Amino acid sequence: MSEAAAAPLVEPRPPRKLYRSGDGRWLGGVARGLAGHLGLPVIWVRLVFVGLFMADGLGALLYAAFWFFVPLGVGGVDAQKPPPLVGTETSPDGRRRLVTRRPDKGQIVALLLMVVVAMGFVGSVDTSNGAKAYLWPTVLVGAGVALVWRQADNARRARWVEVGSRRRTVTLLRGGAGVLLVTAGVSGIFVLRGSGTHLASVLQAALAVLVGITLLAGPYLVRMTQDLSEERLMRIRAQERAEVAAHVHDSVLHTLTLIQRNAESPGEVRRLARAQERDLRTWLYKPEGTGKDEEEEPTTLADAVRRNAAEVEDKHGVPIEVVVVGDCPLDEKTGPQMQAAREAMVNAAKYGGEGGAVQVYAEVEGRTVFVSVRDRGPGFDLDSIPADRMGVRESIIGRMERNGGTARLRAVPDGGTEVELEMERAENTT
Amino acid sequence: MSEPTEPTGTNGTAGPADGAGRHVRVVLVDDHRMFRTGVQAEIGQTDQTGVEVIGEAADVDQAVTVITATRPEVVLLDVHLPGGGGVEVLRRCAPLMGDTEQPVRFLALSVSDAADDVIGVIRGGARGYVTKTITGTDLIDSIFRVQEGDAVFSPRLAGFVLDAFASTDAPPVDEDLDRLTQREREVLRLIARGYAYKEIAKQLFISVKTVESHVSAVLRKLQLSNRHELTRWATARRLV
Repeated sequence: MSEAAAAPLVEPRPPRKLYRSGDGRWLGGVARGLAGHLGLPVIWVRLVFVGLFMADGLGALLYAAFWFFVPLGVGGVDAQKPPPLVGTETSPDGRRRLVTRRPDKGQIVALLLMVVVAMGFVGSVDTSNGAKAYLWPTVLVGAGVALVWRQADNARRARWVEVGSRRRTVTLLRGGAGVLLVTAGVSGIFVLRGSGTHLASVLQAALAVLVGITLLAGPYLVRMTQDLSEERLMRIRAQERAEVAAHVHDSVLHTLTLIQRNAESPGEVRRLARAQERDLRTWLYKPEGTGKDEEEEPTTLADAVRRNAAEVEDKHGVPIEVVVVGDCPLDEKTGPQMQAAREAMVNAAKYGGEGGAVQVYAEVEGRTVFVSVRDRGPGFDLDSIPADRMGVRESIIGRMERNGGTARLRAVPDGGTEVELEMERAENTT
Repeated sequence: MSEPTEPTGTNGTAGPADGAGRHVRVVLVDDHRMFRTGVQAEIGQTDQTGVEVIGEAADVDQAVTVITATRPEVVLLDVHLPGGGGVEVLRRCAPLMGDTEQPVRFLALSVSDAADDVIGVIRGGARGYVTKTITGTDLIDSIFRVQEGDAVFSPRLAGFVLDAFASTDAPPVDEDLDRLTQREREVLRLIARGYAYKEIAKQLFISVKTVESHVSAVLRKLQLSNRHELTRWATARRLV
């Protein structure tokens, strides 16, 4: 036995690439990214940067260089450890769910820290020949640039993390603030150079140049952004398609395999086909994000009726056709009605299933909810309900009456049985 | 082959499909070859069912060509078709539908569950709508019913119509067209509950003929009503 064989299996780790961390960052995510890359705690890296900053601003230069050249990624420190002071939550598969992110406290902290350090920095700078005077504008420019870069990062990040529209204003504000800071800093430098008197004309000239550049480059920029957004739209569409395809293909192939295996039992084949059909319909015709997940409890009457019918159909292998007119939320009155309706469906499937599909009709009209379940089975004489159908009295009629509704069972003239359930909705629901 | 058939008159009560003395010429329009083959196998035994499939088409252009050339009595029309859907076929065949001598009538077939698809083809002029899961016998019945000029409502369509004409706050533009009568509503409810016309007649103590005329009246309202948002109401019926 070699040692290697005895050693516990270690998964080969993928070669780590250096990314700036998109989550839980303070400024550019450089520290987190580096920490993740080197396998060190973030705080150490941050402290090193701050320390380097004291050394003639070397830290700031380094940081800026990293920020500029290292791509933003989702790497960094393992996501299980909540980042200090920062609450960003990204669900790993943010599927159709807006990712709620608490506002970045980290940024404020980082800015404060920067100010404090900058103060120290300012104090430590050699104050000869008025260099100190240029310091503040420079710091301003630096802060502005940092803000704008950070914003650019966010824009890039938004491509894989959905960001709510309310963040749009924050985005604009940040960008604006950054630009303002830079402008103030640059103007400050101009003023200090003693050309304060010419400031107006310089600004005018700058403005003219800007306008010229905008005129020249404007159309290209506009076209570029349009192309970009179009390309993004296409990508989103493709993703959507891929998602549906993945879901549908898998389950359809699965069902087809099962159908081939169960080719001898028509009942099972029918059941499988119906279940698959329902699944597919839910995907194709249901509005976005409603009841696509099997696990969600139904909250409206229409959903509840369909869910119950589907379950009974699967269990008893009898097709159940459902028609719902109107809809309302479930309450303490209609809840029991749904249970009674389910019992009625089970009965219809069990005793009337050989007559063909069971037909379920539910209607909400004003305050009244009406449900009928009818089968085309042999029917039965209500006065001589056989022992095995005693359940009907309790689970359907009894349940409805206890909750203030009515239940009627009747034999349909041309064969079959029909159960009619009527219930007034609870008062407190709108 | 276009020998004019004797109009069968409206004896109304379409009995079980025994093919006895009944004959109808049908064109199948569906983009799925498998489905066409299936329907053909199920209903196309002319000597037994009385249904003769005289043409098939797989898209809008083909459909218009085939229907114009063969002049069938009934067209089984798929709602979703390449080239504009069933609605487009209906639009381009409108003159044939209005023909007084020998009108071409349409019965929509679909797997769709979307109210706007279904109500769309009805407003486009189809005489009825059935889902593709319908049994062969029922389909044959429906075809003859449409041939006689009656309307065919599946339970699902009845549900959509009840939703569309549900009492809204919007005042009706045209009293006669924008509201269902109490009787029509009752008939539709029973259709939605899975009753056959005969059963509805028994239930409401009226004749099958009367049931049919109620359904035809509803169809007319559906096609002519100026409440343009009919489908929107049907699809987005808010929680009441």
